[in-house]
Amino acid sequence: MLPEQIKAKIISNKRFKDNYWHLEFESGLIAGRALPGQFVNIKVSDDVEPLLRRPLSIHGTQSSKVRLFYEVLGMGTRILSNRRPGEFLDVIGPLGNGFSLPGKGHRLGGQAAILVAGGMGGAPLLFLAKKMILSKPLILIGARTKSKVLCAQEFKALGSAVKIATDDGSAGFKGRVTELLSQVLREAKNGGDLSIYACGPRPMLKAVSKIACDNNIDSQLSLEEHMACGIGACLGCVVATKSGYKMVCKDGPVFSGKELTW
Amino acid sequence: MKPDLSVRIGKFDLKNPVMVASGTFGYAEEFAPFIDLKKLGAIVTKTITVSPRLGNLPPRTCETPAGMLNSIGLENPGIDKFIREKLPFLKKLGIPVIVSIASIDDPGEFTVLASHLDKIKEVSALELNISCPNLHKDKLISQDAKDTFELVSLVRKLTQKCLITKLSPNVTSISEIALAAERAGSDAVALINTLGGMSIDIDKRTPKIGSWSAGLSGPAIRPVAVKMIWEAHNKIKIPIIGMGGIMDIQSALEFFIAGASAISVGTANFINPRASIEIISGLKAYMADNNMRDLSGLIGSLRAC
Ligand SMILES: Cc1cc2nc3c(=O)[nH]c(=O)nc-3n(C[C@H](O)[C@H](O)[C@H](O)COP(=O)(O)OP(=O)(O)OC[C@H]3O[C@@H](n4cnc5c(N)ncnc54)[C@H](O)[C@@H]3O)c2cc1C
Ligand SMILES: Cc1cc2nc3c(=O)[nH]c(=O)nc-3n(C[C@H](O)[C@H](O)[C@H](O)COP(=O)(O)O)c2cc1C
Ligand code: FES
Repeated sequence: MLPEQIKAKIISNKRFKDNYWHLEFESGLIAGRALPGQFVNIKVSDDVEPLLRRPLSIHGTQSSKVRLFYEVLGMGTRILSNRRPGEFLDVIGPLGNGFSLPGKGHRLGGQAAILVAGGMGGAPLLFLAKKMILSKPLILIGARTKSKVLCAQEFKALGSAVKIATDDGSAGFKGRVTELLSQVLREAKNGGDLSIYACGPRPMLKAVSKIACDNNIDSQLSLEEHMACGIGACLGCVVATKSGYKMVCKDGPVFSGKELTW
Repeated sequence: MKPDLSVRIGKFDLKNPVMVASGTFGYAEEFAPFIDLKKLGAIVTKTITVSPRLGNLPPRTCETPAGMLNSIGLENPGIDKFIREKLPFLKKLGIPVIVSIASIDDPGEFTVLASHLDKIKEVSALELNISCPNLHKDKLISQDAKDTFELVSLVRKLTQKCLITKLSPNVTSISEIALAAERAGSDAVALINTLGGMSIDIDKRTPKIGSWSAGLSGPAIRPVAVKMIWEAHNKIKIPIIGMGGIMDIQSALEFFIAGASAISVGTANFINPRASIEIISGLKAYMADNNMRDLSGLIGSLRAC
């Protein structure tokens, strides 16, 4: 589906906790077309600073509302967090190629898929989990520490089993989420028809893709790269694949683990 | 009174003087969802080389104060694939298509490029990119008046098409280089390409760009561009296509007043895909408000303060 540039009315923009925010804007068009894994590109202010748009994943849709989940990191997201309901946001979307959903017949003790979320990775993955209606995916969430574990309640509310890994052991499994993933796969053994979906920091995605390959499982990974245009025009956001450089904004952000050469 | 926006660039006419800059508009199809491409004065393609190029190591872009750095490294599919896969869409638009071309190792590559493009009637002009800062050469052709003269003379002999020479701002005297291009038979000059720049991640102590240095574009470079257009305008007679940080009609007007016959919208396309179209309507309104029948009263109309 083609993207559009729209002025979207902000419905709500609220701090969720710490530096994490939820923003909802009104756009029947984007809500209607959005697929899990796609993103929107937002001009946070009319100013020349920050100059470029900021890409954010689609966290969910509800009738004509689009929901985003973001972390305030620098100038762009800080300005975004100051935008008020009723104001209009310049949004381009939906952009990119999202996840492909698993077909019927996937089984892993009732789980069709495993979703691995590191850091803000829950942003696109929650939307994906909502669309997996045939069978609930198993969710693995990784974070440095308990307070940084994101989206666990929301995934549970969808009826998914959620397992947590923290680096310091303050919640769930002590260690990396990828170690937890290996453990889950060892215990399940019958990985055959399973898919893994992941979003998070690059090193995590690389490890997920290796584990998936070693277990002969398909993986779909949502990548980030700095974007200038977000629409495939500048060739700035490339990532190395077996068939040369590909654009994260247009060919991705979701790539098959088998495709990437890291 | 309906103002006449048309302008002649060397051998061809534009219905309006607003084009889109090489490398910032892909091959135009990327912008089809956002604007009516047929409204543009002309489209300049990403720079094409004889052989396909992978381009530079990522990360390739980063943001800087009121600007951005890029080091794409002329990633392109090569001339054959460009003609096969990208040109058909451009041809159908019915507006002037300017193909940007560059040589990588040997000026002889222009012979191949020109021989392919010269026979395609929808290609209105060739833009010689002798000013890309991202090929990691010690010196760019457009950083030397003699080299510029020799290269443009060589390509001039190879093509009947309108020839535009694109210049680098990383020079001591832009007018000297522009003059060399004019004397060698260039029909127009395009300026400015990006300015060499660099940005550092202080936590990692690494460059923010994979190939270390890059080209700066956006509003940050606008005053540099305006001055260079003014300088070149004072020295040469061939038309100038001005660019560098044009975001809207106000910034576009600075370029016309400084002496540009046409302008190119670059980085602004990334931020507002409709920027070029909004500039066209802004220009119409400005001319009507100022009782200008055509662009002759605007181009180079700078007065002393
Ligand atoms: C496809 C995609 C989806 C994303 N989804 C989310 C999401 O759902 N929630 C979320 O919190 N974050 C998401 N991000 C990351 C988000 O875009 C950055 O955190 C944000 O741009 C930071 O901007 P800033 O001005 O606040 O910080 P800055 O200080 O400018 O930058 C902080 C970090 O963000 C990166 N960044 C800045 N500008 C861009 C840009 N134009 N393109 C890509 N990266 C950039 C920088 O390289 C740096 O690493 C996503 C990124 C991509 C590419
Ligand atoms: C991402 C990017 C890619 C570019 N690629 C090319 C190119 O292939 N050939 C070229 O002649 N100029 C290229 N340029 C330079 C632009 O055409 C233009 O000269 C420059 O960016 C200044 O204009 P601006 O500030 O409006 O962007 C590129 C610029 C950017 C930002
Ligand atoms: S951000 Fe421009 S091509 Fe992806």
